[in-house]
Amino acid sequence: MGNNSLHVLKGINFNVAEGELVSIMGSSGSGKSTLLNILGMLDEADEGSYTLDGKVIKNLNERIAAKYRNQFLGFIFQSFNLINYKSALDNVAMPLYYQGVNRNLRTEKAMHYLDKVGLAKWADHLPNELSGGQKQRVAIARALASDPKVLLADEPTGALDTRTSYEVMELIQGINDEGKTILVVTHEEDIAHMTKRIVNLKDGIILDDSKVTQVRAKEAKEKALSHV
Amino acid sequence: MSKIFSRDSWSEILEALSSNWFRTLLTAFGVLWGIFILVILLAAGNGLENGVKQGFDGMATNSMFMWTQTASKPYKGLPKGRRYNFKIQDVEAIKQQVPNLRFVSPRNQLGGFRGSNNVVRGLKTGAYNVYGDYPEIIQQEPMDIIEGRFLNYSDINDKRKVAVIGQAVKTGLYDPGEEVIGTYIKINGVNFMVVGIYKKKSNGGGDAEEAQKEIYVPFTAFSQAFNMGDIVGWMAITAQDGSSITNLKEQVFDVVKARHSIHPEDDRAVGNFDLYQEYSKINGLFTALNFVAYFVGVLVLLSGIIGISNIMLIVVKERTKEIGIRRALGATPWSIRAQVLLESIFLTIISGMAGIALASGVLVLVNSILDGMDTSEMMFINPSVNIGVVVIALVILIVSGLLAGLIPAQTAIKVKPVDALRAE
Repeated sequence: MGNNSLHVLKGINFNVAEGELVSIMGSSGSGKSTLLNILGMLDEADEGSYTLDGKVIKNLNERIAAKYRNQFLGFIFQSFNLINYKSALDNVAMPLYYQGVNRNLRTEKAMHYLDKVGLAKWADHLPNELSGGQKQRVAIARALASDPKVLLADEPTGALDTRTSYEVMELIQGINDEGKTILVVTHEEDIAHMTKRIVNLKDGIILDDSKVTQVRAKEAKEKALSHV
Repeated sequence: MSKIFSRDSWSEILEALSSNWFRTLLTAFGVLWGIFILVILLAAGNGLENGVKQGFDGMATNSMFMWTQTASKPYKGLPKGRRYNFKIQDVEAIKQQVPNLRFVSPRNQLGGFRGSNNVVRGLKTGAYNVYGDYPEIIQQEPMDIIEGRFLNYSDINDKRKVAVIGQAVKTGLYDPGEEVIGTYIKINGVNFMVVGIYKKKSNGGGDAEEAQKEIYVPFTAFSQAFNMGDIVGWMAITAQDGSSITNLKEQVFDVVKARHSIHPEDDRAVGNFDLYQEYSKINGLFTALNFVAYFVGVLVLLSGIIGISNIMLIVVKERTKEIGIRRALGATPWSIRAQVLLESIFLTIISGMAGIALASGVLVLVNSILDGMDTSEMMFINPSVNIGVVVIALVILIVSGLLAGLIPAQTAIKVKPVDALRAE
């Protein structure tokens, strides 16, 4: 608002290769959400360039942006962002609806992804009949439904308890194992260490970008449970 | 575009509208009420028009009546204040000199309002209007012949002393069940044979009774029997369809003035009553009434539509986040706009249809009540709207639904996905 521009990101330069699982860390105000929004084409950078799968993403009008989002990207949000008057199945089918996939094929595909996240039995339930972890799994199924190039997860475990967080991360790791590129924004160290690479942001610049040894969420969960 | 008519779009719309039933119903009621008022107003106007025009039913409305008054200007050495009479020759002259006239009927009259008893049959007497007429008069002043026949040209040519009497004359002069046709009545001392009985179509006015108390005799017989010579009391003149008597009457007056040495600019020498002008006034009144009905109806409808627009704005506001999610999942601005517009149009049309149905129901009810009554004396008959009006109403609904959705739809696509998702 107003004429005062605030430079949130001040020179970010990094590449993500196909099949990577990257976490972007930083305290609040470090610019990690802004970065994710730019990557998600929900926002546009004032300067610089962004290339996704060989395509330069620039000066998008809303129609094209919508198309790219639909084809290339899957979003996972902290607050799940399911449409609460639609069943889990319909929520998962939404990206396919906007792709113009016909109803039967849509239901079939959506069911497949719901099954993949282990919620086939809950297909007809409305979001408010599901637990937080289940909601996030529906959201992940939805993000996968359009078979995107990249999954963008904004604090996917932010609203979940530790155990459920690990379960969700387990799912995300599984998806990455199948070769999907995933970016996770988080400020939780343990979650970040479940990825393969951590990018640390501070005040709009990259502080540190290093590969880490991945902690498997399944083991972490078992460890956490044994403490209880 | 093809999405507009797909089952998916409609299930989306129904889901959205049914998510808050009570609010949807309240909103719909605004439009329902508006279209209801519009239809009822138009129907009521129509009913009034039907009722009033019933009085003109079958009447040659393109007619005028013309009589003599006194000359108000001196001319050719003749003084003002002079009286004159139409002559039978004037009729022929008018027919020849003024084009596009359908009927020119000379008339003479005996008796009149509160006249003394002038008709006698046996021991019974009565005061009736007696007219000397040509057969054409039945087309200018419609009446049903319920027994016998009306006057014809043989009567005129042979100056037959025959009479066609009104229903009320029959009840006044005859005993119930008595044979009427072929009997004689004495008008001002002259015997006429009754050849027919008429019943005039009701005028709906106060003179309905009076209209049945008339006696029609051939013009020629009338002149001879009552010593009128070649004098014509007044004339009923009807113009042909397609030309109005109001435009032709000045020409008629000019002919009369020239033949009776009246100053061409003497406007008061010829008296007239222009039925067409009166009829046009009434027509104009109903056009105005129709306009008022549309005006009021559309304004009431407008408030309903503003209600819809308002609700859609609230809905868009409420669903800001949902819209953001949809955008993130790949909804194009057009698909968001189309959804809001379709919702608005759908709501408008459904509630409008309900309003039209309700109004039709009320009209059917009113009509069934009116059917049970004798409507001939009423100023209100068969309130109804034709299918054209319903189509117009539907078009108004679709357009207004579109208008109602326009602002909310614009608001909806202005929502940036990133802002929408941030709104917790």
